[in-house]
Amino acid sequence: MSITRDEVAHLARLSRLTLTDAELEHFAGQLDQIIGAVARVQEVAADQIPPMTHAVPVVNVYRDDAVDSCLTPEQALAGAPASEQARFRVPRILAED
Amino acid sequence: MAAEETELTRLTAAEIAAAVAAGEASAVEVTQAHLDRIVAVEPSVHAFLHVAGSSALAAAEAVDRRRAAGEPLGPLAGVPLALKDVLTTKDMPTTCGSKILAGWRPPYDATVTRRLRDAGVIILGKTNMDEFAMGSSTENSAFGPSANPWDLTRIPGGSSGGSSAAVAAFEAPLGIGTDTGGSIRQPAAVCGIVGMKPTYGGSSRYGLVAFASSLDTPGPLARTVLDAALLHEVMSGHDPCDATSVDAPVPPVVAAARQADVAGLRVGVVRELGGEGYQAGVQARFAEAVELLESLGAKVSEVSCPHFRYALPAYYLIAPSEASSNLARFDAMRYGLRVGDDGTRSADEVMSLTRAAGFGAEVKRRIMLGTYALSSGYYDAYYGKAQQVRTLISRDFDAAFEQVDVLVSPTTPTTAFPLGERVDDPMAMYLADLATIPSDLAGNAAISVPCGLAPEDGLPVGLQIMAPALADDRTYRVAAALEAALQLRWGAPLLAQATPLPAARPLPPDARGLGR
Repeated sequence: MSITRDEVAHLARLSRLTLTDAELEHFAGQLDQIIGAVARVQEVAADQIPPMTHAVPVVNVYRDDAVDSCLTPEQALAGAPASEQARFRVPRILAED
Repeated sequence: MAAEETELTRLTAAEIAAAVAAGEASAVEVTQAHLDRIVAVEPSVHAFLHVAGSSALAAAEAVDRRRAAGEPLGPLAGVPLALKDVLTTKDMPTTCGSKILAGWRPPYDATVTRRLRDAGVIILGKTNMDEFAMGSSTENSAFGPSANPWDLTRIPGGSSGGSSAAVAAFEAPLGIGTDTGGSIRQPAAVCGIVGMKPTYGGSSRYGLVAFASSLDTPGPLARTVLDAALLHEVMSGHDPCDATSVDAPVPPVVAAARQADVAGLRVGVVRELGGEGYQAGVQARFAEAVELLESLGAKVSEVSCPHFRYALPAYYLIAPSEASSNLARFDAMRYGLRVGDDGTRSADEVMSLTRAAGFGAEVKRRIMLGTYALSSGYYDAYYGKAQQVRTLISRDFDAAFEQVDVLVSPTTPTTAFPLGERVDDPMAMYLADLATIPSDLAGNAAISVPCGLAPEDGLPVGLQIMAPALADDRTYRVAAALEAALQLRWGAPLLAQATPLPAARPLPPDARGLGR
């Protein structure tokens, strides 16, 4: 067993996913199997091998520091679940206590 | 259905463009014929999530007006296309096959979308896909799976299965897919069509809703190699809006597809992409196609890429890791679904409830897997190690391309499997991408071209051709040569062997002008 149900519950919290007990149980079995399979990368001797993050070796791509076209506030808010006074309206951020 | 309309949907993109340019068919007629075909076959295929009949006809009218005014038309003007629902469109919803984005209208067009519109390509609508491009069957779509036009009980591949099914069902001559682990080539292979993953950075990711940013690559799907090349050329090229876009000319893919010649070309068969786990009929058709290439003058040898057997595990660490970060943007605050906002719950609670309600099982699995691989204590053993393996896979390609000009393999280990067979068995589903993943990790160009039907099930088999980064044209050269030789042998395109779809019910007059 490479991953326990409690660890999956922790991952779900970190991932901001409210899962039911049944889902936790189901995912724990599947994730255990998947992690067991992907752990095979550890068989490869790669001590002196640099990590590859990207297929194309490009660094520091900048554009000119010039004003460009951008979304209007109306466009930016058009898909918002809730908005108010040209701003996104969100649930409370801080706990009450 | 009028005979003429049937005929228009059977034409290749190149033929349609030529007919429109010559005034032999109007773009509106062509578009209407495809919209009629969509009405007729969608009940059985379900390739589309959204059909944009009126905007497609308006775009077609614009092409016809430009032609009438004597303006020059591009090489694909007036040709209908099916667009994967992962690329943003201002005038159509973009859902990525997810409930969390149901009905979302993006405020901007993806670069690929804009280039298609500018070229006079007619976007018929948005196609079904596995949720956020995670899957190999379209069964992870929140809006139900698509069916394989060869056998409606089988998967059309994925994640670009809606686009591949639409093209194979003659609903559109062209489709756009995106490839992260094989999501263009695998659906192309199992639907008996052509699918190309360009070199990473060769086609723009701007407006492509991100799954794994270091891998995601948009590319063409078509029924012929030349059509794929024509679309490749129209959709590609440097884009300042994408920081990883390659600032280099688009490789001469159309010229290569027309050249269709492999004489003297060194072709390497990848030893590790075959044998155990590969269906007998897939291996048989692949071996025949390799012999055919040899008879056309290619110099065939076997090449070993020893680290390819670690490509699948490395991919299923790298892609979920990137996904867990990319999909953090679905936070229920700025767009998309929000549930549980009753005035008492905190933003954090609303976010967690929304993501639980809005994401499907595979997306949840991958977000948690990525979160695991990136967490402190596990990072070095999983994500870090996978990135080192990625280097070794890339070096295997470099070494192979010192010996040969292109590499070949079967595109997929099996033909299309039955819908439902692997839907709750993630590891079995992941195996569908066994042969396609190496080119995603290394970022090089790779195409899938039909090479026949497996004798045991009568379903299409794809042959994959891989070339070095920015040598995309080489894959087209080989694919076109093989396509020509195979069609000579078959006497017709492979799709001519497919059973006609249980569709063609006569259309009532009021069904014409769909969506108007």
